[in-house]
Amino acid sequence: MRHLMSPLDFNTQELDRLFDLAGDIERNPGKYAHACDGRILATCFYEPSTRTRLSFESAMTRLGGRVIGFSDAASSSASKGESVSDTIRIISCYADICAMRHPKEGAPMVAAEKSGIPVINAGDGGHQHPTQTLTDLLTIRSLKGALSGFTIGLCGDLKFGRTVHSLINALVRYSDIRFVFISPEELRVPDYITEMLKAKGIPYEEVIRLENVMPQLDLLYMTRVQKERFFNEEDYVRLKDFYILNSDKMALAKKDMLVLHPLPRVNEISVEVDNDPRAAYFRQAQYGVYVRMALILTLLEIQV
Amino acid sequence: MLNVGKIEEGFVLDHIKAGKSLEIYDHLQLDKLDCTVAIIKNARSNKMEKKDILKVECDIDMLDLDVLAFIDHNITVNVIKNGEIVEKKELTLPKQIKNVIKCHNPRCITSIEQELPHIFCLADAKNEVYRCKYCEEKYMSSAKWT
Repeated sequence: MRHLMSPLDFNTQELDRLFDLAGDIERNPGKYAHACDGRILATCFYEPSTRTRLSFESAMTRLGGRVIGFSDAASSSASKGESVSDTIRIISCYADICAMRHPKEGAPMVAAEKSGIPVINAGDGGHQHPTQTLTDLLTIRSLKGALSGFTIGLCGDLKFGRTVHSLINALVRYSDIRFVFISPEELRVPDYITEMLKAKGIPYEEVIRLENVMPQLDLLYMTRVQKERFFNEEDYVRLKDFYILNSDKMALAKKDMLVLHPLPRVNEISVEVDNDPRAAYFRQAQYGVYVRMALILTLLEIQV
Repeated sequence: MLNVGKIEEGFVLDHIKAGKSLEIYDHLQLDKLDCTVAIIKNARSNKMEKKDILKVECDIDMLDLDVLAFIDHNITVNVIKNGEIVEKKELTLPKQIKNVIKCHNPRCITSIEQELPHIFCLADAKNEVYRCKYCEEKYMSSAKWT
């Protein structure tokens, strides 16, 4: 029995198989419509999350399975003081697979150690969110045709953004990738990541202004720059426009560059960009369902 | 110069950093063993100028070498039988340690579930970096002496 705790739990060959399966699901949804008949997914969400929970529920429903669960800790036995270990032992009696989100880091791993069913980490605090990374990788692979040979710009909060860190760690396993980190000084990518890139000989550059590097990017991964991350209001006001993607900046980009975003978007991408064919962030959410469908089938060892 | 007699059966922990023998005593839980223990502080050393030494008269199997290696893998472990050194054990950093150090990350699941063991795994042997098994919080092995 396998669990998914980190995006690195699968090697690149296993990821290829997972993404091939997701691609087949996209092309032939009817073939998988009853693949999980009689199976139950438990969504154990100890903190609210709309998109991730609904994406899992949509994935299981599209596979013909059923979903049970809770969407915040207050409506679970955790509010009575039950441990994660005890909860998962009970859930193992009710369901065939579990997707768990928890505000405390490592909680899904504690669950996996005691679980009788596969556990998927659906986000544990600021630690890991592997299905978001799988979604990002599938989106790139599907829309760009490969997971190698491109320059990717990562823009915004690169210091605290776990989706950015996970994506970098996943992409370094592929060949011929160049990173451009675009952020204010306060939100630069952590040293351990740049040290890792140096050690592996992977090229990268760090810049402050997005428009300066737009022409060289094949992919642009946007994240939100939160006001509360800045030391003072003055810096925030001075820098915030650098990290807002609009039509003017898009005009500088390659014709086939893609814009990704883990969502929710606030104001870092102007709505005027939504109609640009290069804006891939809503399609990215669709790929999130396909990759979760493929993941459920893989962990349940269901062959169609 | 102070003289401490030979032991017949047991082990001698040599080359302990000066002043750290009591911490080793605590970590090895020697207070729980019903045996003779000699703690020698600030002994003269050619290699270290000053060092601590622990002499313990008990079976070597009663010593948790993993804990000792985590605390300081430069310590020399001499195994004594019939009053003579019969073996010098090499210490290597353990792959995993359990309930030796605590994870201090307030966001870690171990911070709210008290019954969970605090497990750290060796992530980078060269730099002696351990990480919490659950949240991957970094712990520098060298930090224990600061």
